[in-house]
Amino acid sequence: MADFTPYRVVLRSRMRAQLQYRTSFVTDVVGTLGVGLTELAEVLVIFHNVDVLGGLDFSAALLVFALSNVCFSVADMLVGHLDQLPTYIRAGTIDAFYVRPLPLLAQFMASDISLRRIGRLSVALGALGVALSIGDIAWSAATVAIIVLTLVSGTAIFAALFTAAGGLQFYVVDGAELTNAFTYGGAYAAQQPQRVFPDLLRIFWTFVVPTAFIAYLPAVAILDLPGDHLAPSWLAWFTPLAAVLAWLLAAGCWRAGTRHYQGAGG
Amino acid sequence: MRTFLLLVRAGFRRHSTYRLALLAGTATNSVFGVIRASVLLGAIGSAGTHIAGYDGPRVLAFVWWGQALLGVVNLWGFQEVGQRVRTGDIAVDFLRPAGPQLVYLAEDIGRAGVNFLARGLPALLIGALLFDLAWPPGIGSWILGLLSVAVAVVVAFCGSFIVNLSAFWIVEIRGIRLLWMITTGFLCGLYVPVPWFPDWLRTFAEWTPFPSMLQHPLDILSGRVDGAAVWGTLATQLAWAVALVVMAQVVLQSGRRRLEVQGG
Repeated sequence: MADFTPYRVVLRSRMRAQLQYRTSFVTDVVGTLGVGLTELAEVLVIFHNVDVLGGLDFSAALLVFALSNVCFSVADMLVGHLDQLPTYIRAGTIDAFYVRPLPLLAQFMASDISLRRIGRLSVALGALGVALSIGDIAWSAATVAIIVLTLVSGTAIFAALFTAAGGLQFYVVDGAELTNAFTYGGAYAAQQPQRVFPDLLRIFWTFVVPTAFIAYLPAVAILDLPGDHLAPSWLAWFTPLAAVLAWLLAAGCWRAGTRHYQGAGG
Repeated sequence: MRTFLLLVRAGFRRHSTYRLALLAGTATNSVFGVIRASVLLGAIGSAGTHIAGYDGPRVLAFVWWGQALLGVVNLWGFQEVGQRVRTGDIAVDFLRPAGPQLVYLAEDIGRAGVNFLARGLPALLIGALLFDLAWPPGIGSWILGLLSVAVAVVVAFCGSFIVNLSAFWIVEIRGIRLLWMITTGFLCGLYVPVPWFPDWLRTFAEWTPFPSMLQHPLDILSGRVDGAAVWGTLATQLAWAVALVVMAQVVLQSGRRRLEVQGG
């Protein structure tokens, strides 16, 4: 049984540190709250002009938005700081992680936790609450199971994207924004009704970067919508499998990246 | 004027150093462009033929010019000036023969130039290859549209400059910068066109400088605003540019009187 004490100690100290400067912390929370609200406003503005988008009405689109945002906010809170990897690589401080007798990825994940993302998470949870209560849902054990499975697996998929991006950043230090295309771009794609995309793109967002599994496919199943050739309602049950595959890929990228790194010298 | 041009060139060269970063920017802008284009096209398809003056090709032009200009107009703002105020380095800027506002504006124009050529145009090209965009309806729209982009660069720079200068009065300006970023992103029309907003929000947005940073150039370049109306749009932008340039100068001068730098 692995000993988790070092991780716990580090995480607790990181949390304490963030809560130390109250004004700063509140400002940051308000900031992520604002980001969440503008994302929501985008959906609201579109539905101010139309009643249906990509075959989904407002409550269904809100459910897709909410599911993907809850998962993204949690993943971003837990491992979003993998984004900062190029800073560590440039400064050479990543070497300190290599010499410690703990797995690099686990250390890096536990090295920070962005409590400020709670602002965005609260917008997402609010939207989820509204979407689940106004949606036309025939509640059953299966519905609850799908929601729980989705929240867990969806968070895992976003975390896998962050990790894969982290691994690639060892190769493209200056081009870190390149990986944003998959992490933040993936998050943006995940919150859309997938039928607005052409088939080729839907296949990409389902089977290559599996963000369709995070919100759209589960929403089709939860609301018992007819679905279509690329989104049959049974596909939602494969969300955990998509998460496992995403993690296999992420682990591969991370391993390749960390082995590629030559050290800062000195 | 010569100094100004030299400073613009210096800014251009400084920001053209990171080639891979520019390429990465193009790639990311393109991915977001494809997603946003699909969503807004889906909305137009669902509404019928058009929403608030945007039909399919025009909304595609809105999306792709928007992605192309995202790195050109400094929408997210910068923090360099605020940090220099905080550390007191701004005193050095005051000692220079050219005023800080001119120097930083020149650098920002240089930065805008690199981003337009190396990041914006490739993204626009990708958009044009993948989608059937509307092009500016005439040579006049091209010229005035690009002029409108230049004015947008100045408006966005001055706004962010003023935000940075608030560091003269408030030590930690991160909160104000965050608020600026969030408001700009939404009200400038980056995510959804400002004309799609509900009436009350659109009216509110139109009384702020934010649409002058992106929505107005996009209106001209996509052909949504055409003919004599273009001059009105451009005049609004110019009015905001002048107002913000003056305001930045006033804030800068009163900040200068407040500034105390310690050390010897």
